[in-house]
Amino acid sequence: MTRAEYALSNGLHRVGARPKLFDYLKRTWSRRDFIYMFGYYKLRSSLENNKLGMLWLVLRPIMDAFIYAAIFGVLMGRDRIGEHYVSYVIIGIFMWQLFSKSLTDGAKSITGNRALVQSLAFPRMTLPLATVIRHFLETLPSLVLMIVCMPLLGMIGEHKQLFLPRWEWLLMIPLLFIYMLFNTGIALIAARLTVHLRDLTQLLPYITRLLMYASGVIFQVDTIFRASTKYSWVASVFDYYPLYQFLSLTRSFLRGYPMNPEYWVSISIWAVAVFVVGLLFFWVAEERYGRD
Amino acid sequence: MAEIKGCRYLYEDDSSGPGNGPKAPKHMLGYEPKPVVVVDDLHVKFKVYASGKRLGTMGNRSVLESKRRGLRTVHALKGISFTAYENESIGIIGSNGSGKSTLMRAITGLLTPSSGAVYAKSRPNLLGVGGTLMGQLSGERNIILGCLALGMTRKEAEAAVESIVDFSELGDFIDLPMRTYSSGMSARLKFSIATVQNHEILIVDEALAVGDKNFRKRSEARIREIRDQAGTIFLVSHSMQSIRDTCDRVLWINKGVLEMDGPTEEVVSAYEESKK
Repeated sequence: MTRAEYALSNGLHRVGARPKLFDYLKRTWSRRDFIYMFGYYKLRSSLENNKLGMLWLVLRPIMDAFIYAAIFGVLMGRDRIGEHYVSYVIIGIFMWQLFSKSLTDGAKSITGNRALVQSLAFPRMTLPLATVIRHFLETLPSLVLMIVCMPLLGMIGEHKQLFLPRWEWLLMIPLLFIYMLFNTGIALIAARLTVHLRDLTQLLPYITRLLMYASGVIFQVDTIFRASTKYSWVASVFDYYPLYQFLSLTRSFLRGYPMNPEYWVSISIWAVAVFVVGLLFFWVAEERYGRD
Repeated sequence: MAEIKGCRYLYEDDSSGPGNGPKAPKHMLGYEPKPVVVVDDLHVKFKVYASGKRLGTMGNRSVLESKRRGLRTVHALKGISFTAYENESIGIIGSNGSGKSTLMRAITGLLTPSSGAVYAKSRPNLLGVGGTLMGQLSGERNIILGCLALGMTRKEAEAAVESIVDFSELGDFIDLPMRTYSSGMSARLKFSIATVQNHEILIVDEALAVGDKNFRKRSEARIREIRDQAGTIFLVSHSMQSIRDTCDRVLWINKGVLEMDGPTEEVVSAYEESKK
């Protein structure tokens, strides 16, 4: 009997071998307390040094909103895009943060927790998941604030409109669910890619900025293309581009504009696809994390 | 005593010939010992870029050429084999750079072997001195987080806090952020968190050296306790006193080769003899 046979016959496994997918997901699920607490504590520790602490979670979005309202509502004061601009920008920015933070911080979730990964054996998937939870918790107060202040937002700027509460606002719940599924997939993919290529963290600010301009966060990118004679074909891309659709849908139902129902189908397919791909993509390299 | 590949095995023949698996150490004979870790002809090679300026004909070289880096292979572990059983605490000794930590990292699965393999009952946990959990957070929150990472439920973690605080002797410091701790204090806390539950396999890398004498005594007692609960402990240390007090078997690693494997007293004496 060789050593290997001896080991296997005694029920030992090769160390670091990655568990089967179902088993892996089960183990990840059993650490759900860890995932939540890790995300929550990460958020707290980022604010702990400040005198106002967790209050910043509400203060920051208020200040953001003031600046955008001041610049786009008062200073520019024009209806450049044929609709209410202050609310356009604020919904855009607040929703966008959820994605961009999941991407940039998700990318660092394995490499940034090296000490933890190297000392304890637990499913590594918990770390990117915790990052996504953290940013969800961080953004939630600003989203709630945004919805509560929606009627007020409509009154800023030249083009005064009253966005009254409506039943469609409840669509925010399924939308956020689909959005978070999408963001989780993105965080998982980014986390693994950074392990292979650290330089990615240097590139990510540019990638997110590029995506931001392409998604119509602060200006309506699709109308620009639709209006142009030379690049009008680019506009058709936006019928399949999920980030643009997430923002566009949120703006529609929060302000009572007509929605494009096809967008719901598109984002759902995207979110499930990205999530499943992210899950598999991350799991395949499980043995690789912590080794460098 | 059998001589295999230059290694002095003080136990029964451990060459695992056909038909019989590796035999257990003498102190474990009498009942069927259960293997927990099997290391099978483990080789680890590092490829390192040697980036040092070369002296000599530097003056004639272009800037680019002088920066060319040579790839060098470091053969850190050269064919290590042993079997660790349940209820064993194994000391790992050897001079600096002999490959002790490399071996431990290979056992935890953090290093890919160039050839050979490590088999284990469960994935070992490595308790090292470096790296804190989260410096901004208080010791207590770090305890909860550490316990959850070890696989406890939230209730279990909250219940464990008190005993961990007691064991670490941090007292009122437990409410302060961990970045304010001294290296000894954070090592004590980490040790207390990691040993709060009984591990199947725990690797302790030099962590005992940091505490004061009193803490060292208690942590050694804790290690023996884990061992008695069917755990297997690997203890890497330069303190022969710690090794003598806690281990019943010692592996002596020298330049990436298993120099000697046997009962503590014999191996430690031989090691100390070689140092003279």
